[in-house]
This record gives sequence, structure tokens and C-alpha cells, in this order.
Amino acid sequence: MSRSIPGFRLTLGITISWLSILVLIPLGGLFLKAGTIPPARILEVLTDARTLAAFRVSFGCAAVAALVNALVGPVVAWTLVRYRLPAHRLIDALIDIPFALPTAVAGITLTTLYAETGWIGKLLLPLGIKVSYSSLGIVIALIFVGLPFVVRTVQPVLEDFPVEAEEAAALLGASRWQTLFKVIFPALRPAILTGALLSFARCVGEYGSVVFIAGNMPYKTEILPLLIITNLEQYQYGEAAAIASAMLLVSFLLLILGNRLQSRLATKVSR
Amino acid sequence: MSKAKLPDPPLLVGLSVAITLLFLGLMVVVPLASVFAQAFSKGIGVWWESVSNTDTLAAVRMTLLATLGSVPLNTVFGISAAWLVTKYRFPGRQFLLALIDLPFSVSPVIAGLIFVLLFGAQGWFGPWLQEHDLKIVFSWPGMILATAFVTFPFVARELIPVMDELGNQSEEASVMLGAGGWTTFVKVTLPAIRWGLLYGVILCNARAMGEFGAVSVVSGHIRGETNTLPLHAEILYNEYDFAGAFATASLLTLLAGATVALKLWLERKVRR
Repeated sequence: MSRSIPGFRLTLGITISWLSILVLIPLGGLFLKAGTIPPARILEVLTDARTLAAFRVSFGCAAVAALVNALVGPVVAWTLVRYRLPAHRLIDALIDIPFALPTAVAGITLTTLYAETGWIGKLLLPLGIKVSYSSLGIVIALIFVGLPFVVRTVQPVLEDFPVEAEEAAALLGASRWQTLFKVIFPALRPAILTGALLSFARCVGEYGSVVFIAGNMPYKTEILPLLIITNLEQYQYGEAAAIASAMLLVSFLLLILGNRLQSRLATKVSR
Repeated sequence: MSKAKLPDPPLLVGLSVAITLLFLGLMVVVPLASVFAQAFSKGIGVWWESVSNTDTLAAVRMTLLATLGSVPLNTVFGISAAWLVTKYRFPGRQFLLALIDLPFSVSPVIAGLIFVLLFGAQGWFGPWLQEHDLKIVFSWPGMILATAFVTFPFVARELIPVMDELGNQSEEASVMLGAGGWTTFVKVTLPAIRWGLLYGVILCNARAMGEFGAVSVVSGHIRGETNTLPLHAEILYNEYDFAGAFATASLLTLLAGATVALKLWLERKVRR
């Protein structure tokens, strides 16, 4: 408690004002707009087969991508923390590229790569695997977008992991594999979950990297943000607002649940 | 770096290194290489023509305008928000922290939508704006607002952990010795947080210049007027002008490369 430092009112004023102007009032307007159409119509829009399919695509693909990153991310973090690779700093820097690369660039690049004539698509074609214009394509784009989150949350935890714990495990007769899975991995779980949640939150609403590779077929590869734009372009503002509001509510709910689970895991580990 | 004194079994080392290199190679290196391969597929002449024609230059100008209009505002906000939540404890502080992070989990398309609903022709303020002959949506003010929304948390998020770690003793001492709030901030806090601040601004800048979904909704795609570089790349791509689209994409990729390089440089500075 240090109110002795001046600036409380000023910073409170600036923070609340900008937050209200830019975030709270516009988001409030969104929910109000959804309320301007009759409840029966809202229900009809939200339970429409096309809307439900888009919900499945957006949330499902984001979950799969988060899962893949939760599996591969810790391996990447492990390698970067424990081993010295040639051009180590450069390889480490690659992790930040999906963060810094504009999503539209990722979108057109991945689409071109995985198209039937593209560098990777050409190799997958004889195997009968189609990536561009399928939900597999959406998942790949989202893995790209979510890649930094798990790696960057697990890395610092692994760096701070006490060597003593590993030595104790070895003294007690554990093999390196046992130490890895029974001592190190459990300590990483909260960080992995945090990273996966961040990746999920980012991927649910992702648009630029997905819209090119998805093919955007209604009922199959149409994502929620695109459905919102489609409604907007047909001047169905209330409907667009209703879908957007529902989407926000569902993702906030999932994130709150995830954070609960995360804090429970974290207290278990620290005990 | 390799602080593990216990030797890892070769299988573990081999497997983790192989997975890492394969994953990063396939997911990051190949796409990056492909951007430039496509951009220069018709020779450097076509690339130069694509990046220097009037439409592209107009897109560069719009991108810079949207960035310059949003990043400074979010920087001022980020500094005050970080000061507020790290220097004081007050009821609702946790809630405020959650609100600051909120735009991060809002889809960019929804970020664009909310400003269309407020300021569009059918929006809450639409009729009033039309009466006064003001245009926000499908014009540059809307582009700035949408960009600002999407990049809202970046500076605050970088600064809060940095300022938390530094603690408040220096500021308290400075105030005790008679310095005012502003002097304390400029002479005591700012020098200590400058690298964190710079990193936050760089991230905010990269996201602002590369934003796609939000500006796509509010732009109306008026070529030469409200097109930013990512939107320009989209239009060229949809017109099957792949060399042109990837030439524009190569500029944005260079921006991403510069962002990451600056980050490396800053990390080295902080470590010293």
C-alpha cells in the first residue's frame, strides 16, 4: 500500500477513459445491438445449422491446434533450454516469427505451400492428403499462429527448474526418462496449460491466417468470424452482433474454466 | 546454458532435437523461404514494380497512418495502466487487469464489427455523423480505432511484469526527497523501464502494421484510400496476381524479421 507515490488519479483517469472509449463502450454496443432483434430471431440465428457448424469449426480447430502445440511446444522448449544447437539464437528467434508475421501473410503463404501445386502440397498429394481448402488446413494455420505461446510460457519454467531435484531423482535410482516424466514434466504442467489456453484464445477468433486456406465452405470449413462478415455484408447487423456476442460469451466461459483448472494445477505443483 | 550435469540418453537428445528442427523447419523456415521465392518468382524487376507502384505506396501510407494513430495512444495508456496497477493496491485491481487483457481474446473481426455498429450508417452514432458530414467507418479514423483496439494490451502487458519486479522503493525514495510525480517518472522510472517499454512498443507496432481482420471489416476496401499493406496483399492474391501479392507480403515479412531482430538486440542489452 503505497499511496505516497503521486499519480493515482491521473493514471486511473487515463486508464479508465481509454479502456471505456476503445473497449468497454464498443463491446457494450455490440451486446445492445444483439438485443435489438427479437429473442426468437436470436435463437433462430444461433441454432441455425450453418451457425452451429461454424461454432464447431472455430472452437474445434482451435482446440486441436492448442493440443498439438501443447504436445510439441514443451519438446521445443526442452531442446532450446537443455541443448546447444548450431545457430542457437537464430533458431530460438524463429519461435517469435508467428507473433510478428502479419496473419494475412501467413494465410496466403500457407495456402500456396499446401495447395496441390505447392512445395508441400505436391508431396502430400500422392498420399491422398489434402490440406488447403480443408479443416486440416485450418488446423495447420492455427498451429502456426499458436506456436509461440506454449514454447514461451514453458521456457522460463524449465530454465528455473532446480538441478537439485533432478540430482535427487538420480540418486534415488530414477533413470533419466523416469526423471523426465515423473519429476520434470509434472512441474511443467501448469505452464503448458497456460500456454495452451493462450493459444486457444488467440486461435478461436483468428481470421487472416485461416480465411485463405479454409476454402470457406458453409457447414464444412466456414469459421465464425467469416460468418459474421457474411451477415454484415448482407446488412444483417443484429444477426452479426448476435453471433459475435455468443462467440465472445462462449470463449470467455471456456477461458474462465481453463484458468480455474490452471490455478488448481499450479497450487498442486507448488505444494 | 546446458546446466543439466546429468547426461541425457542419446535417444532423448536425438528425438527432441529432431522434433524441434523438423517442426520449426516445416512450420516457420519453409513458409518464410516460400514468401521470398514467390515474391521474386518473376524476377527482381517485377518485384520492384509491385512494391513501388502507386497502389502499394498508398497502402504503405495508410499502414503508417493507422500505426502512427494507434501506437502512441496505446503507449500512453500502457504506461499509465502499468503505473496504476503496479504502484497502488485498490479494490477492483484484478478485474482491471482482466479488462486490460480482454481485447487479446476478442476476434479481430469482432473488433472491426463493434466500430461498424457504433459509427456505420446503421450504427448508434451513424445518423449524427452523417448530419455533420463526418466519416469514421470506411475511412481512416475507423482504421485507427480498429488498429488501436487490437493492439490495446501490448505495451501494458510488457510493462506490468517489468515494473512489478522493480518494486516501488526507488519511486518512494524519490518522492521522499521532494521530487514531484512527473519528475519521479521521467528521472527514476523511465530509465529503469526503457527497454521493456521499447519492446512493448515494437510488438504493438508490428501487430498494428500487420493487422488484417479488424481493418478489413472497417476499411470498405477502397483502393488507394483505405487499403493497408495486408489488405493490398489480399486483393492482389484474390486477383491471382501472386507475384504482386507476395511482393507486398515480402515487405511485411521484412517487418517481422526486423521486429524479431530488434527483440534479440534488446534482450542482449538487458542481460548486460
